[in-house]
Amino acid sequence: MSFLQHDVPLNWYLLLSTVLFSLGVVGFLIKRNLITVFMSIELMLNAVNLSFVAFAYQWHAVKGQIFVFFVMMVAAAEAAVGLAIIIAVFRARNTLAVDRIDLMKL
Amino acid sequence: MNADQTMTMLLHHGFIIYAHLWLIPLAPFVGFLVNGLFGRHLPKWLVTTVALLAPLASFCVVLCDSDRSFYPCVETFGQWISLGSLHVDFSFVLDQLSLVMLLVVTGVGFLIHVYSVGYMHDDPGYARYFSYLNLFLFFMTTLVLAGNVLLMFVGWEGVGLASYLLIGFWFQKPTAAAAGKKAFIVNRIGDFGFLIGIFLLLANFGTLTFSEIGAKLAVSPALTGGILTVICLCLLLGAAGKSAQLPLYVWLPDAMEGPTPVSALIHAATMVTAGVYLIARTHFLFDRAPIALATVAIVGAATAIFAATIALAQNDIKRVLAYSTISQLGYMFLACGVAAYSAAIFHLVTHAFFKALLFLAAGSVIHAIGGEQDMRKMGGLRKELPVTFWTMTVAVFTIAGFWPLAAFFSKDAILYAAFVHGTEGQILWFVGLLTALFTALYMFRLWYLTFFGELRSPDVHPHESPWSMRAPLVILALLSICGGWIGIMRFSSYLAPSVGVHQAVSHIPHLEWILTGAAVLAAFVGWLIADRYYLRKPQRPALLAVAMPAGYKLLANKYYVDEIYNAVLVKPLFAISRYVLGWIVDTAILGGIAWMLAGIASFAGMILQRWQSGNLRSYAAWLAAAAAAILLFVLLPELLRNFDFAIAIVRH
Repeated sequence: MSFLQHDVPLNWYLLLSTVLFSLGVVGFLIKRNLITVFMSIELMLNAVNLSFVAFAYQWHAVKGQIFVFFVMMVAAAEAAVGLAIIIAVFRARNTLAVDRIDLMKL
Repeated sequence: MNADQTMTMLLHHGFIIYAHLWLIPLAPFVGFLVNGLFGRHLPKWLVTTVALLAPLASFCVVLCDSDRSFYPCVETFGQWISLGSLHVDFSFVLDQLSLVMLLVVTGVGFLIHVYSVGYMHDDPGYARYFSYLNLFLFFMTTLVLAGNVLLMFVGWEGVGLASYLLIGFWFQKPTAAAAGKKAFIVNRIGDFGFLIGIFLLLANFGTLTFSEIGAKLAVSPALTGGILTVICLCLLLGAAGKSAQLPLYVWLPDAMEGPTPVSALIHAATMVTAGVYLIARTHFLFDRAPIALATVAIVGAATAIFAATIALAQNDIKRVLAYSTISQLGYMFLACGVAAYSAAIFHLVTHAFFKALLFLAAGSVIHAIGGEQDMRKMGGLRKELPVTFWTMTVAVFTIAGFWPLAAFFSKDAILYAAFVHGTEGQILWFVGLLTALFTALYMFRLWYLTFFGELRSPDVHPHESPWSMRAPLVILALLSICGGWIGIMRFSSYLAPSVGVHQAVSHIPHLEWILTGAAVLAAFVGWLIADRYYLRKPQRPALLAVAMPAGYKLLANKYYVDEIYNAVLVKPLFAISRYVLGWIVDTAILGGIAWMLAGIASFAGMILQRWQSGNLRSYAAWLAAAAAAILLFVLLPELLRNFDFAIAIVRH
């Protein structure tokens, strides 16, 4: 694993993480399908995970890696709950278009 | 070794056997709790047992404490308020004065409890009734035993509460509910005076304990009048409210809406005498305030004759007795006002006997003819109700003041004390004498209308009351006969340590016999008039009423005092409450502020709610924009510095 440390500088990882995160944000904002929106969230989470791991390698600190486990765990739980909600929404409204799920509007 | 030294020695060695004064209020309180909380689920005999045992236990404790060798017996159960130099304890004091009061309160109270068992037998609120009655005894004994003014005030308010609850006992009746409220509100006016008096006492003496105030007064003999007069007048206002004196008497006649035993116990024998007790208890203040004392006498005499004349023209049997009570309380105030406190307490005791008897006998009559209280519909009941008739006869002769019945002695003592109290005293005496005449007149009128002639309600079948009602009547009748035989001399020398010695001296020989003769003569005249008008020629009173319509209407309508109070006080108060306080202050000002605040909030909400589009992506966009803004805000200085650095490199 030493080539990671020596050959690829930290900035590249951060750049990749930023790109992934921005993709996630943009996907979240422009996609209509609820499942795609959901996947965008996962993308953002993984972008953050990547920067955590990169920093952890850089600083030889294990805390970052531990934090990644937490994030993954939360993401897994969120996926389970979120998909259940999506199914429930689909059953109730017969659509997954985000724009049409606007019952919270006054 | 004299008594004082013995007492000091006993105190130092801790030999004093405690009198357990706390038991006296505790017993009724336990009765109140048991019957009040569980009474509805308990069998009737158990409710009765608890209710009767409570006053009996108190009475027994009082009896056990009655032969103590030295008074006052003080017991403190802990500190109540401790603020700077102010210390108020939960302390009870038993001295001659409170002992006499306690004997009356618990003794007569017990008899009336027994009577109530028969009277309230079929009432659905049986347990509630007895719990209220026990609550009353709890507060009344607290009032009497209190060692300081504040604790007395607690009892004072408590008996007011019990009175309110019992007047409005049949709260389904609108008149009863209104009468309860009236009693409570009128008493508030008196209590306002009492409270101001307490504050003034505190400000001027720094203590509220009776004995300490007395001691502070004793060491400064020059202190008279001035602030003491103000304090005493405030206390008098309180006493006048509780004891139904002018101008605050209006609640007592209406209080007759309550059950008759309640009228006997609270509104005749005990609670309404609390004002007299207050004045006797604080007599050391009144002794130093001659103006206040004269006011007490004038209020008492005026009330006595005022109420007696109203009683002449009332047709409701209980209302006659209510005005009679007010009139007799006026006698007691008159006695207090001429510094004859022991005579006042003496009359208080005998009055408790005969007035309780009158009310209970009237209750027996009402019970017998099915709830009718109008004397015009009674008559001829002496054959059907022999026990009631004979006990009522004793009571009527007692209140009229015939020898050798109880009130003869006490009323005589008051009239004598008034007569020898200087020139103005003789006016007071004359008013008292006139009142005695009216008293005899209206009492014999009641007697004749109720028991003589023919029954004026044809479809009523009177029946004598059960033994539980007859027994208290007989006992009270015996007390009304014998209660005065102790004599004012012995009684006042017994009370002297509590209320001081006020020896009335007369220079006229045989004055006492002359005054006694005048009083008895007045009673005879009253009897004679009643006899002529209500027994021999029953149609005459109606003719008299027709002949003098103005006078009769004035009396029958109680001098229109209720109407005047209504027009002068109640109506304006309602108008101010409704229009000024209700419409302007409440609706316009307070309501306006509230509506304005609500308007601001809803206007702001109207603007902000556009943000809440319900569209998930718009929320996310705002979130992302905000995150970007924060990021920019944090990183901008760094970026700018890097930018400068880059420019510098390029230029170089």
